[in-house]
Amino acid sequence: MNFWRLPRLRAGSVAVWRRNILVWRKLLIPAILMNFGEPALYLLGLGFGLGHFVGEMSGMSYLAFLASGIIASSAMTTASFEGMYSVFTRMVPQKTYEAILATPLEVDDILAGEMLWCATKSLFSGVAILAVATLLGVVDSWQALWVIPVVFLIGLCFAGPAMIMSSLASNYDFFNYYFVLVVTPMFILCGVFYPVETLPEAMQGAVQILPLTHAVILTRALVAGAELTQPLLHLTVLMLYAVISYYFAVVLVRRKLLV
Amino acid sequence: MDIAAGQHTAVDTPVIRARGLTKAFAERRAVNGIDFEIYPGRCFGFVGPNGAGKTTTLRMTMGLTPLSGGTLSVFGLPVMEHASRIRCRVGIVPQADNLDPDFTVEENLRVYASFFGLSGEQVTRRIESLLDFVSLTDRRKAKTDTLSGGMQRRLTIARALINAPELVVLDEPTTGLDPQARHVIWGRLSELKASGKTLLLTTHYMEEAERLCDELVIMDHGNILAQGSPRDLIEQHVEPEVLELRGAKGTAFEQLAETRGCRLERMGSSLYCYTKQAGPLIEALKNQHELKFIHRPAGLEDVFLRLTGRELRD
Repeated sequence: MNFWRLPRLRAGSVAVWRRNILVWRKLLIPAILMNFGEPALYLLGLGFGLGHFVGEMSGMSYLAFLASGIIASSAMTTASFEGMYSVFTRMVPQKTYEAILATPLEVDDILAGEMLWCATKSLFSGVAILAVATLLGVVDSWQALWVIPVVFLIGLCFAGPAMIMSSLASNYDFFNYYFVLVVTPMFILCGVFYPVETLPEAMQGAVQILPLTHAVILTRALVAGAELTQPLLHLTVLMLYAVISYYFAVVLVRRKLLV
Repeated sequence: MDIAAGQHTAVDTPVIRARGLTKAFAERRAVNGIDFEIYPGRCFGFVGPNGAGKTTTLRMTMGLTPLSGGTLSVFGLPVMEHASRIRCRVGIVPQADNLDPDFTVEENLRVYASFFGLSGEQVTRRIESLLDFVSLTDRRKAKTDTLSGGMQRRLTIARALINAPELVVLDEPTTGLDPQARHVIWGRLSELKASGKTLLLTTHYMEEAERLCDELVIMDHGNILAQGSPRDLIEQHVEPEVLELRGAKGTAFEQLAETRGCRLERMGSSLYCYTKQAGPLIEALKNQHELKFIHRPAGLEDVFLRLTGRELRD
């Protein structure tokens, strides 16, 4: 057994995804409230409150600017939470993975299924915010629906690193590091609340490495009609993050569980 | 070590075959180059104290931990390359229950079936018969955390049978259960064996091994110390009769027993006399009313303690 072997993608991952959606269905009402409640709060509070003083940003209303950014950041936090707290729960205390590994499924399938599930939850949150933003009248046109597959991709991109954290964690407190050192800085710095161009030049370069920067550019173009010059570059960055982090998560979880 | 092989015809191919099977962790060798073969339709046991290497051996046979050395095949397939294919045909009951707390009894079985790619009418029928088999039909809608330990174990066994496996692997199936629950499980496992399935189990209960296993190995420190049927092992390794005495240490009886060719073992205030002929000793004890004794046939536990020693394992 070579821990570094390239993962195989098999249909079994869908069974893992289905298991999670069956559990989610049992907690449907609180889940939906969370999906709508939090973004609605951000949009109403910051969008209207702060928007009153800001007026326009990058040639659009601040509410539109914020809504199109929050779609991306919310996909990030949703996938990160699921990929850490929920994945760790199933992997360690609940021993769900141990049970699944007693079937023909392998670590490759489990993590592929988990990643699909994290991205699905990101998609739910994206749809909810899009609905709220539409009700507030800031969605540009029908082309905004293209943001749905993009939000799914953003979910995949952040699920992988979160699962890497889960494989390294020995308890839940460990995830605070990742939130404080990675998720929150991206939330603040990657263009959700203001254009990246207003940052000092050195930082502008640095944030280009961060996936949320690329995610926000895509969602802002699709939802609020901002200009989009290099769609393939941004999509490629997100995909590379997803694929590479999936691979390392698989290797690390193999090393953790197959001993 | 060929006692087992001699009992089988040449046409029988083993379900599991291990040669020089080794597992080395950084700090210790958990399994130390062991050989064994498990034949279809039989119940094979791994018996040994905690840390003997039983669970590690099971995990290797299921492809859940890489081998450090040796060869290992299940259903004729090398485990390392074909773990996933092999596990399609195996049911695994882990040492600690890992039922899905988010689901009911019935959902646990249905979701688990989906991991084998099974769904639809066939699974529904199988769930019905399995719930019946483990007497959980009336608890089908219960959440698993409301079940007793025995019920959870039975559900775990039912779950391991959802794919109609040819081989069922059980890691300490009755540890921590009360006697009633344990007897129910023994009954079900006997039924499984009667239905033609091959069983592989680990245990440190000698009674369990004696009841269920056609053949077993006694392991300690990663080595196989002895192998055979429970009866063979008793015949080969200990005298047929045992006298257990309390407070007989240093008495005249102890000397008498020794001169009569008894093998004596002392543990605390207890004295164990292993002998081929207990008759004369019992005669002698009739005059010594202060000595309480038990006379019993030797069992697997005596073999086990003789081979692995009486000191504590932590």
